[in-house]
Amino acid sequence: MNFTIILHSGIATGTVLLFAAIGEIFAERSGILNLGVEGMMLLGAMAGFGISLATGSAWVGVLVAMLAGGVLSLAHGLVTIHFQADQVVSGLSLTFLGTGLALVLGEGLTGQTPPLLVDFNIPLLGAIPVLGPALFMNHGLLVYAGYLFTPLAWFYINKTRPGMHLRAVGEKPAAADTLGVNVYGLRYLYTFVGGALAGLAGAMISLSVSPGWYSTQTTSGQGWIAIALVIFAQWNPFRAALGGYLFGMLRRLILDLQGPSTLLGFANPLYINSNYSFFLIMTPYILTIIALIIGSRAVARKKGGSPSALGIPYIRGERGR
Amino acid sequence: MANSSPEKWYSKYIDVALPITAGLAALLIGAVMLAVLRVNPLEAYAALWDGAFGSKNALAETLVKATPLLLVGLGISISFRGDVINIGGEGQMIVGALMGTLVGLHMVDWPGWAVIVLAMLAGFTGGAIWGGIPGVLKAYFNVNEILSTVMMNAIAVQLMNFLLRGPMIDPAQAELASKIPQTARLSEALRLPRLVPTRLHLGALIAVILAFLVYILLWRTTTGYRIRAVGQNPDASKYAGIKVKRYIVLALVLSGAFAGLAGVTQVYGVNYRMITDGSASGFTGSAGFNGIVAALFGQLHPIGTIPASILFGGLLVGANKMQRVVQVPSALITALNGLVVVFVVSSEIWRKRRQRRRLAAAGEDEAGPPQDADEQGKNGSQTEVAV
Repeated sequence: MNFTIILHSGIATGTVLLFAAIGEIFAERSGILNLGVEGMMLLGAMAGFGISLATGSAWVGVLVAMLAGGVLSLAHGLVTIHFQADQVVSGLSLTFLGTGLALVLGEGLTGQTPPLLVDFNIPLLGAIPVLGPALFMNHGLLVYAGYLFTPLAWFYINKTRPGMHLRAVGEKPAAADTLGVNVYGLRYLYTFVGGALAGLAGAMISLSVSPGWYSTQTTSGQGWIAIALVIFAQWNPFRAALGGYLFGMLRRLILDLQGPSTLLGFANPLYINSNYSFFLIMTPYILTIIALIIGSRAVARKKGGSPSALGIPYIRGERGR
Repeated sequence: MANSSPEKWYSKYIDVALPITAGLAALLIGAVMLAVLRVNPLEAYAALWDGAFGSKNALAETLVKATPLLLVGLGISISFRGDVINIGGEGQMIVGALMGTLVGLHMVDWPGWAVIVLAMLAGFTGGAIWGGIPGVLKAYFNVNEILSTVMMNAIAVQLMNFLLRGPMIDPAQAELASKIPQTARLSEALRLPRLVPTRLHLGALIAVILAFLVYILLWRTTTGYRIRAVGQNPDASKYAGIKVKRYIVLALVLSGAFAGLAGVTQVYGVNYRMITDGSASGFTGSAGFNGIVAALFGQLHPIGTIPASILFGGLLVGANKMQRVVQVPSALITALNGLVVVFVVSSEIWRKRRQRRRLAAAGEDEAGPPQDADEQGKNGSQTEVAV
């Protein structure tokens, strides 16, 4: 066990959650709750892997994955924005739809070896002791992109004019509408952005972080963890990124705990009986529930944590919305 | 009033017509998907139908698959009516089955029927506990139940893997290197009786009886009324003196209990042991998720969920045949399930529009209060999303 390795691996796997969670933040800030992240991620993972195999370019794979996630999310947009359907149920059905499509189209991809995203070092920054090798060496471009994307997303949402429109549409759509903001249009746009980022996160798994296509095990519930992170993060990209990295580190720590024969001077029970490791595998999910308790308490206390129009269809001309 | 409205004559049938139209629309898109995969949709659907309903054995298999869907779906119709979204059917089935299996493996000296009854009670309890935890978290800690139930699924899977590879492993497997995660086989006396000379077992009949009991619970008892009242309007329920938090927990406890029972029927009626491949669906066959689809298709009505479960059970069984005949992955059915739900929820808008028109018409006649609590609830449920 080595802190640098855990941090390095945590940053890489955490970036997957970062993209998925910030994508969901965009969608939810516009008032659209999309519970289909898992389905969009899985479709993205399959599309990225499959297209990279077909075209020989991992980056074309990533682009198509983003498109696939985005297009799938537009189905949710159509159903919830124009047909004013229940966002919870529609999001769930998107999980089914995305999973089913990914499994059907991904048939035969297991075991294939498409070109993957390459890792590289950032000169100078990589020379920083301890942190340098963990943060700036042997990562894919997307990990470095994550460092820039998080502050940019925060700045966009909180400090720019389009960001203000985004928040207005999610908080008071009727007011935004009277000021000439295109409520439906923006909701479609940010639903698409959320889906595209979920697709990106999926492709990052299958082409970089843990390369391969292992049907539903490829994403193994990370889409749901990303949604939980959004609540934990209070719809703030910085907290979402931090939460993602912490989760990534935890996953690596769990793997590393099973290796050594002694832990802190005691015999390692996981080394003697590997069966106990099932309890370790559980811990991220238990911690997610704890993170939800913490996040939900904050929401209840502040009363303003979640976008106030989240989950409510906007019907033009109806009173009281 | 609304009664004189000319559109009244078909409003009775709309509950049936909407899901059927939605189902047909999904099949149509499925046909397009099949065509894209260069498969003749008619041939594929013919194989699907034949595999699901084509023979006595096929029909029996369909009913066997429908049984857990119906049981899970009954729980779903309770919780969704209470505006509690339970996605934890998989985990609740697993924990229920684990507890039910423990009973069967340890009470070897008891008469068979008594062990089966106790196992079902144990499964009921196990599912209730696994559903109750997210219920308490929602009611008292404001934790979104969709996410917590999903996490509880993941936790249950690892609990199952630990128990089936460790303390509960089949002694025969423990000797072998393969170590397949499964328990010992239950004795013959503990098997649910078969109804006809097929694999159809008593569990199917129990599920149908329970469907009628759930109907009575929801619409003929105070408890059921309160669960629905809390689901439709928690604020009004609170002012009416209903202990809202308690009924939120109860909705999830009952929902989990039925899923737990579904898990027990899989052990005692189908496999005669608990077995997995390390994933949740390896034991449940994804009934915990598909039961939600069946319940939504059945308009969250216990009786409506009976034909809906048979339909989706048929899809699952038929998909295997379709896979064999035209080489289309049976996962296509997962996508179809998603499409069906998409269309069912989308079609709700026609009902809502009609509702608004009716309310507007009623408002012109006399300034009565908005009627039809059901629709109020549908709108209310959307405002109460806690994510």
